[in-house]
Amino acid sequence: MRRVAVVGIGQSRFGELWEKSFRDIVIEAGVEALEDANISGEEIEAIYVGNMSGGRYLAQEHIGALIADYSGLAELGIPSVRVEAADASGGVAFREAYLAVASGLYDVAIAAGAEKVTDVGAELAIDIMSSSADREWEYFVGATLPALYALIARVHMKEFGTKEEDMALVSVKNHKNAVKNPKAQFRREISVDDVLRSPYIAEPIKVLDSAPISDGAAVVILASDEIAKKLTDTPVYVSAVTQASDYLSLQSRKDLASFKAVKMAAKKAYKLAKIEAKDVDVAEMHDSFTIAEIIAYEDLGFCEKGEGAKMIREGETEVGGRIPVNVSGGLKACGHATGATGVRQIVDLVRILRDGIVDAETGLALNLGGTGATAVVSILRR
Amino acid sequence: MVGIVSYGTYIPAYRIKAEEIARIWGENAESIKSGLGVYEKAVADIDEDTATISVEASREALKRCGIPSEEIKAVFVGSESHPYAVKPTATIVAEAIGANRFCYAADLEFACKAGTAGMQICVAMVKAGMIKYGLAVGADTSQSSPGDALEYSAASGGAAFIIGENETIAEVKDTLSFTTDTPDFWRREGMPYPSHGGRFTGEPAYFRHVYTAAKEIMKRNNLSPEDFSYAVFHMPNGKFPTRVARMLGFSSEQIEQGLVVRRIGNTYSGSSLLGFSAVLDVAKPGERILLTSFGSGAGSDAFIFEVTENIESYPREPKVWEKIERARYIDYGLYAKLRKKIRMV
Amino acid sequence: MLPRFWRKIKYRYRLVGSYCENCGEYYHPPRNLCPKCRRKGSIKEVPLGSEGTILSYTVVHDAPDDFKLQKPYVVGLVKLDCGAVVTAQICCKPEEVEIGKRVRAVFRKYSEEGEDGIIYYGTKFELI
Repeated sequence: MRRVAVVGIGQSRFGELWEKSFRDIVIEAGVEALEDANISGEEIEAIYVGNMSGGRYLAQEHIGALIADYSGLAELGIPSVRVEAADASGGVAFREAYLAVASGLYDVAIAAGAEKVTDVGAELAIDIMSSSADREWEYFVGATLPALYALIARVHMKEFGTKEEDMALVSVKNHKNAVKNPKAQFRREISVDDVLRSPYIAEPIKVLDSAPISDGAAVVILASDEIAKKLTDTPVYVSAVTQASDYLSLQSRKDLASFKAVKMAAKKAYKLAKIEAKDVDVAEMHDSFTIAEIIAYEDLGFCEKGEGAKMIREGETEVGGRIPVNVSGGLKACGHATGATGVRQIVDLVRILRDGIVDAETGLALNLGGTGATAVVSILRR
Repeated sequence: MVGIVSYGTYIPAYRIKAEEIARIWGENAESIKSGLGVYEKAVADIDEDTATISVEASREALKRCGIPSEEIKAVFVGSESHPYAVKPTATIVAEAIGANRFCYAADLEFACKAGTAGMQICVAMVKAGMIKYGLAVGADTSQSSPGDALEYSAASGGAAFIIGENETIAEVKDTLSFTTDTPDFWRREGMPYPSHGGRFTGEPAYFRHVYTAAKEIMKRNNLSPEDFSYAVFHMPNGKFPTRVARMLGFSSEQIEQGLVVRRIGNTYSGSSLLGFSAVLDVAKPGERILLTSFGSGAGSDAFIFEVTENIESYPREPKVWEKIERARYIDYGLYAKLRKKIRMV
Repeated sequence: MLPRFWRKIKYRYRLVGSYCENCGEYYHPPRNLCPKCRRKGSIKEVPLGSEGTILSYTVVHDAPDDFKLQKPYVVGLVKLDCGAVVTAQICCKPEEVEIGKRVRAVFRKYSEEGEDGIIYYGTKFELI
């Protein structure tokens, strides 16, 4: 396997993009990435696009071909593959593109992620999100995605004394960080009180503990080391991209207060990157619900098991803290454009490392699918 | 001899008091309670219906006797509130209890007497040697139009009986039916609530059929009211069964144990069977019980039961009256939501 | 959705699941392959009993359309005494549910495909 670098990043704004179609936002992000990489497009040899549910949001399948077409790459006839792993689709697409370049098959490949959710009503959007868990044995009984995360949260609270206030702090931090991110959906600060007073969706999870379901697209251009050096003076190298699976439904898992797939993916990633958890300077995490960020601190090894709440309480993951987490604003405040999120995390991580938004050399991104049945861990270094 | 091998009952936990219904419609609760003889009624939860009530009652019956579920080869569910207009409740019950797949099954409807009709069919099938064990259920989540007098009584609940020849706790000594075409109460296809003939439901309907059936079965068995420890009559309200008992010569002591209507309302197909179950809860070997149901339209099924020694070792907990005590009172707002009187569009 | 519901109706109505004779583990819903033993496993269909303990719970307020009339409702993870865990609704008031409480299976209605569609029944739990 050879060395691979990110040479270009692009992203649409995340949010309720009423005037923009699925195609519009993909092209917007794609063109921005091409400009960022300073290439014209003919160099691209393959496209991997993460998309969770085009079939249900847009009644549009064949997303790979659609994107190749509207990116103006149909003329070149390059392969374009849609990748699906619920809201880890973007992370998995990034991994596929990375593997394709690392293997030597291609010199330049695109990892894209896109979701257009606001063309359907909120009710249907909740239903579609819930298809990332076990449709027949979880959603059938009324266990929506927030309800499943609530079951996880309840166990963590019981076992480790995590409080609703701790979860609220995650939301408060991520909102604060998003103020500086022009692409974020919610660029306003909120207080712990705001979170605690927001209505319950599924106890103990409240509206302001939950990431919104958003429109958005993100694109990353990957290139071999050789090409990267020609294109840019500031390549960000990909040290590892690992993926692990767990049981689809919570009921099959032995430990409910932990994401096994995260632990496994992280372990492999640290090994491949030849680092330890303590070497990570900055991280983008999958805070679809605030409890997930707290548990991820533990599963990624940033703190001991059960001390996730302490970590947020003591401000260790704030900008300026030991390991700033979700400097972008995270899913909570950037918006969660499901299939795009995993790629958006890479875009932000590259931005943070390359542009020096915080002082960091090594960054980590964690993207989850559903209730954690898929986890993708990426380690990037400048 | 053919008889009851086991029985089970189900009464939803929710109750609404006559006072609460009267409060909404500006009526005098005291005069309704004394006039109707119903003080409160059982209300099905949003996730309870005739199928779930039938399954729960049937599971209790199976658990009490310990018969393997595959030995049940007939399932009849009597109700006037089957969840589907077309598609049987009996198949849901058979599947949920794990009855034999080679199973006679059908839904019955005869207003409030479809449950006892199912018992008669099972008795006949056991006698004919077609089956070893049959399950007959009477259950309802009866509907009433808001503001109608029926709203004080139309209730939810049911009872299930396993009929067979071995290890019976009560033998069926005789059964007969008295049937005429008397339209005292009905619901036309597609209509959400039933209609009734007001006072016409009394003399020509309830009293004529219950009285005639009970009188005839006693006459042809050379028995008189003194020969019975208990009598149970269909309970559309608290007044009718006490009056018909008096007409036939039964004392209030003989009917008191089975008079569950005051506390749970009229559970339609479940009504006389829940009363009968309450009697079985306390019955002793050798005691004779008269059961007479009534179904509008109209007809009555009468039975003479004789309790056997087996009842001594038969587990009867929790008893019907204990279930009646486990009540959770609700207001009319929740009642309207549960009974889907709020239209969700 | 109709064939999909019907296909597993037995396991929705009754707590019947899988038992691996090789490792002694119980599963609900049933599995064709034991996830611990894979090809070495030997899966058999068995009743799983009807009582268990609440492992976790939530009170759902933001309900999907099919469950609107039921809200707020309680969803829990119930560990049956044999060890299999099921996701199910718990029939109780929100303030009554707690981790560790004992429950027993009951037959209830989950949802329906609109007023003219089929009715989905299944297993819920009530507090003992």
